[in-house]
Amino acid sequence: MASDTHYEKYKSDGSIQGNALEWFDARFPATSMWRGHLSEYYAPKNFNFWYFFGSLAMLVLVIQIATGIFLTMHYKPDASVNASGIPVAFASVEYIMRDVSWGWLIRYMHSTGASAFFVVVYLHMFRGMLYGSYRQPRELIWVFGVLIFLCLMAEAFMGYLLPWGQMSFWGAQVIVNLFSAIPLIGDPLSLWIRGDFVVGDATLNRFFSFHVIAVPLVLLGLVAAHILALHEVGSNNPDGVEIKKHKDANGIPLDGIPFHPYYSVKDIVGVVVFLMVFSIILFFAPEGGGYFLEYNNFIPADPLKTPPHIAPVWYFTPYYSLLRAMVWPIFGIDAKFWGVVAMGAGVVVFAFLPWLDRSPVKSIRYRGPIYKTLLTLWVISFFVLGFLGTKPPSYAFFGVIPGAPVTQILTAYYFLFFLTMPWWSKIDKYKPEPERVTSK
Amino acid sequence: MSKECKVDCGRRRLVVATAAVGGAGAVAALVPFLSSMLPSERAKAAGAPVEVDIGNLEPGQMMTVEWRGKPVWIINRSKEMLETLTKLADTVADPKSSKTMQPDYCKNETRSIKPEVLVAVGICTHLGCSPSSKFKKGAEEGMGAEWLGGFLCPCHGSKFDFAGRVFKSMPAPDNLEVPPHTYLTDTRILIGEDKKGA
Repeated sequence: MASDTHYEKYKSDGSIQGNALEWFDARFPATSMWRGHLSEYYAPKNFNFWYFFGSLAMLVLVIQIATGIFLTMHYKPDASVNASGIPVAFASVEYIMRDVSWGWLIRYMHSTGASAFFVVVYLHMFRGMLYGSYRQPRELIWVFGVLIFLCLMAEAFMGYLLPWGQMSFWGAQVIVNLFSAIPLIGDPLSLWIRGDFVVGDATLNRFFSFHVIAVPLVLLGLVAAHILALHEVGSNNPDGVEIKKHKDANGIPLDGIPFHPYYSVKDIVGVVVFLMVFSIILFFAPEGGGYFLEYNNFIPADPLKTPPHIAPVWYFTPYYSLLRAMVWPIFGIDAKFWGVVAMGAGVVVFAFLPWLDRSPVKSIRYRGPIYKTLLTLWVISFFVLGFLGTKPPSYAFFGVIPGAPVTQILTAYYFLFFLTMPWWSKIDKYKPEPERVTSK
Repeated sequence: MSKECKVDCGRRRLVVATAAVGGAGAVAALVPFLSSMLPSERAKAAGAPVEVDIGNLEPGQMMTVEWRGKPVWIINRSKEMLETLTKLADTVADPKSSKTMQPDYCKNETRSIKPEVLVAVGICTHLGCSPSSKFKKGAEEGMGAEWLGGFLCPCHGSKFDFAGRVFKSMPAPDNLEVPPHTYLTDTRILIGEDKKGA
């Protein structure tokens, strides 16, 4: 929409502020950006609560950047041991928690923000799956989104090393060693990533650099690309029908309303509700019962001793389960390589969704029983895989049903859901789509 | 100048050649940056051999020392522990240690110089966690009834026997690494160097 309209430059009414704006607008696309992206960006009028999570993800991004800037003022990426025998990095985080004014709040905002980021992003992605937001012509928005998700995982993983606790250390050790599973180049590659023969000071320093500069820059660029691509083709909606098919005499979609003020104001409601929940966690349960900040990470890193039970933070556990599901060598290559492949493919497979889905309708509202059943099972699998990922490999449900084969079955289902989609999405029964969006 | 060519082909070729040379220069400029991430000279120099006294290590006991930032286990295996090795020959993936995870002088059934003393890097060959010792039999360690004692990796459940040999169908592909080591006296071990190096 921004592209097919040439906005006129601002004309002053003769007042001082009018003249200033005219001068500014002649030299910078201020009004055209404002109109193209906000006041004259027409979004479907039938957005429901699922549409809060995109703007909430932006809010959390801002929280993370703002709190991160202030944490960087006190944090020290140094694995050497101080006079009292504690690694400097670990001690600097405790210093922030105990001695820096309001440091505990800023640090808890950042650590809770990380979990909140994944909550809203997972819900945002699920919205896309419910309403077919990844379908033509929005494939590229979706692909940018998958790249954002990958960046976010890298950002979270590298940030988790910084407190230099036991979980930080052994989590990084495991994930960096994943790369050594790649045939031929694996070992030199993981050595290059670590910068030493073991995870150490070199690793901590470079992860700090990536976490505060490199990845956030890429992330911001991708977010801009994600939104520009969205505004180029226009938003999808819960009915999955194109509002651009029916326009009034001025070329404005009949079912569209300007993003500002309608959705900017509506999103503020979402922000208020989100901040209420966020604050409750922040002030009353910042450790999230050991899920947001794991208990073992309050012990300084010890390269000689792996904690008896290590598990990633909750948002990585479904993928950690995919990794653990692979225990057989295939084509003469070690099982650990296939574990890495499964974990990576588990994320990358989302990018292919626009081309795997062959259904004639976009939204779940008009899809048939096959999709509804298979998607429900997939969501359950995702949760159970996530749950199993927090448990030791020997875990059994109620002490009787062993977790390992369940992980393997659910992993198979996770991938079959996507890989067989071209077939079952074609034969499913569909209801006719409405011409225009519906609202209750 | 050919007919299809609407631009000055000589200049176009020059543009392409210049872009190619510039591109090669840009790629070459990556080398110092990417190389800076490799282990530094200081990191490479660290890793001196470690000398350990095992005089006080009773049969059945284990000690851990740090070598190159990694845990190295020294286990004085009791007679019962050594007996389990023969029983497990069919259950472990590489009973004869045919893969090069140990120096040649440890390529034997006990994977050691002296049969009772195992020296091994306590890093799982799967993804680098340090396995926990589960020396007691069966249910006492929360393992299956058939468990004869050994090591369990807490991360992904790989199991190893008292010679650091990995069981079949485990995430870990190889036996635990045996570092180069040598006996200076009967009870003093030098880890990180063998006789040839010393």
